[in-house]
Amino acid sequence: MAVAAGGAAAIAWPFIDQMNPSADTRALASIEFDVTKVPEGQQVVVKWRGKPLFVRNRTKAEIAKAVADDGASMKDPEKDSARVKPGKSQWLIVGGNCTHLGCVPTFGGGEYGGWFCPCHGSVYDTSGRIRKGPAPKNLVVPEYAFLSDTKVKIG
Amino acid sequence: MSGHSTYEPKTGFERWLDARLPIVRLGYDSFVDYPTPRNLNYWWTFGGILSLCLASQLITGIILVMHYTPSADHAFASVEHIMRDVNYGWLIRYMHANGASMFFIAVYIHMLRGLYYGSYKAPREVLWLLGCVIYLLMMATAFMGYVLPWGQMSFHGAVVITNLFGALPLVGESITTWLWGGFAVDNPTLNRFFSLHYLLPFMIAGVVILHIWALHVVGQNNPTGVEPKSKADTVPFTPYATVKDGFAMSVFLILFAWFVFFMPNALGHADNYIPANPLVTPSHIVPEWYFLPFYAILRAVPDKLMGVLAMFGAIACLFALPWLDTSKVRSMRYRPTAKIHFFIFVVACCILGVCGAKLPDDQVIPHLTTFQLMASDLNSFVWLSRVAALYYFAFFLVILPVLGLTEKTLPVPDSIASPALSHPAAAPAEATAAPEMKG
Repeated sequence: MAVAAGGAAAIAWPFIDQMNPSADTRALASIEFDVTKVPEGQQVVVKWRGKPLFVRNRTKAEIAKAVADDGASMKDPEKDSARVKPGKSQWLIVGGNCTHLGCVPTFGGGEYGGWFCPCHGSVYDTSGRIRKGPAPKNLVVPEYAFLSDTKVKIG
Repeated sequence: MSGHSTYEPKTGFERWLDARLPIVRLGYDSFVDYPTPRNLNYWWTFGGILSLCLASQLITGIILVMHYTPSADHAFASVEHIMRDVNYGWLIRYMHANGASMFFIAVYIHMLRGLYYGSYKAPREVLWLLGCVIYLLMMATAFMGYVLPWGQMSFHGAVVITNLFGALPLVGESITTWLWGGFAVDNPTLNRFFSLHYLLPFMIAGVVILHIWALHVVGQNNPTGVEPKSKADTVPFTPYATVKDGFAMSVFLILFAWFVFFMPNALGHADNYIPANPLVTPSHIVPEWYFLPFYAILRAVPDKLMGVLAMFGAIACLFALPWLDTSKVRSMRYRPTAKIHFFIFVVACCILGVCGAKLPDDQVIPHLTTFQLMASDLNSFVWLSRVAALYYFAFFLVILPVLGLTEKTLPVPDSIASPALSHPAAAPAEATAAPEMKG
């Protein structure tokens, strides 16, 4: 009985696992990006692992607003300083998919000046934190590092 | 239905075949001599119409596959190739796309008929459950089919629906990655959806056979909800039901043809004629009309996981229906209070459909701002959908269970053939319902 169950599981697994990302998909290289391409107050959308990534050059006012709201009540509380690299708070790099159902939020929309998701009305602030609407989490900050003052490596 | 077969092979070949594979006998017993209640009205013709829809979708679908290329780079162009270059490709694709909508119109009428006349009650629970399985398979098939043209709505619809599974705790992310075959909706996703979109209709056909089998074991329900007791209560399937079904199919095909030839894109979205672009979401993303009520329920709940659970719960209610309705009386014709709730339920579903098509914060009454409640203005479609969704669930989980125990029902006729004679009190109600008896 146990042998039969083990055999069934052994033959079932390849048929299930074949649907997971294939080796060439998994091998997708990380990308490098020159942040000076982004003018102040704007964002550039980069495609990374098939999905959009927002690289935003925040103005001083936007940063101040995000920091001032650190204490506000939020669904997914996080300090602005924890979402940027030390000394690089002008550069906000976040995943460009709403954490609700994956739509691409529009830049500058919503009452917090961050992003507004057109699908179900989630509103993000200038730190990419969820402030209103059905999304449960802040926009995801990917793993990245500054290689130089102006060049980042994402992934 | 059970009972002995009256088929008599007439030719030598039929006798020879009947002793080896009694397939002609099966057909004769199922579709010629099969006794159907004599009082079936036109709401009972939608089973036949649905078979027609399934056949039409299978035939047009198999033809479309001959010209379609399942690849993220070529899918959109191959659909345009079908529309512009393939001989009559436009016709076959429009038949397939609008056929899906026709399929859902028919299935919703079929389901509401079952709901109104209590067709899910003992001994028809399995029949109803098989129907629910078909409906689930239909939704999966329709969703995956909509992804195949790889337009903007296709792509972002796929993103939204697959992300629903991401709401599940712990396993959510692994499941979405597994469904996508990558880190986002991409070529692997398109190919597996194509494979399953081809498979599922044949699974539907299989479950339809089980559905018809179960139907022929327990027999058809009828507008009175009273089981046929004698030969006087039934008529043979042919010619009575075949002719009536045939007429209803013809009328239905007129509606179908009207959409295909005069407004083939009325039920679609213009954005889907833009090739898929993962970096831009269309400003107003909505599913196809037949998913709108469930979409509205999803959005009515401010929490992601709870919203997803509410949406799936709305479908789960259908599966539980045979055990939620406690009333011994089948047909709502004799349940005056339940009848009112049924019609409110239909209206609630339509309201949910309208809400699903609007932006959540759009105002129901223009230029009127009331007050904020749960982060939305009270005069908004999100609040309207909350009210309607609440009724939807209350109908299944509170009204039907409680009403069955408390409602004072009207007298139920003794038999189909003589409802008015045995119960003079019920005669006036029956007289108004009489025209359909002639059918």
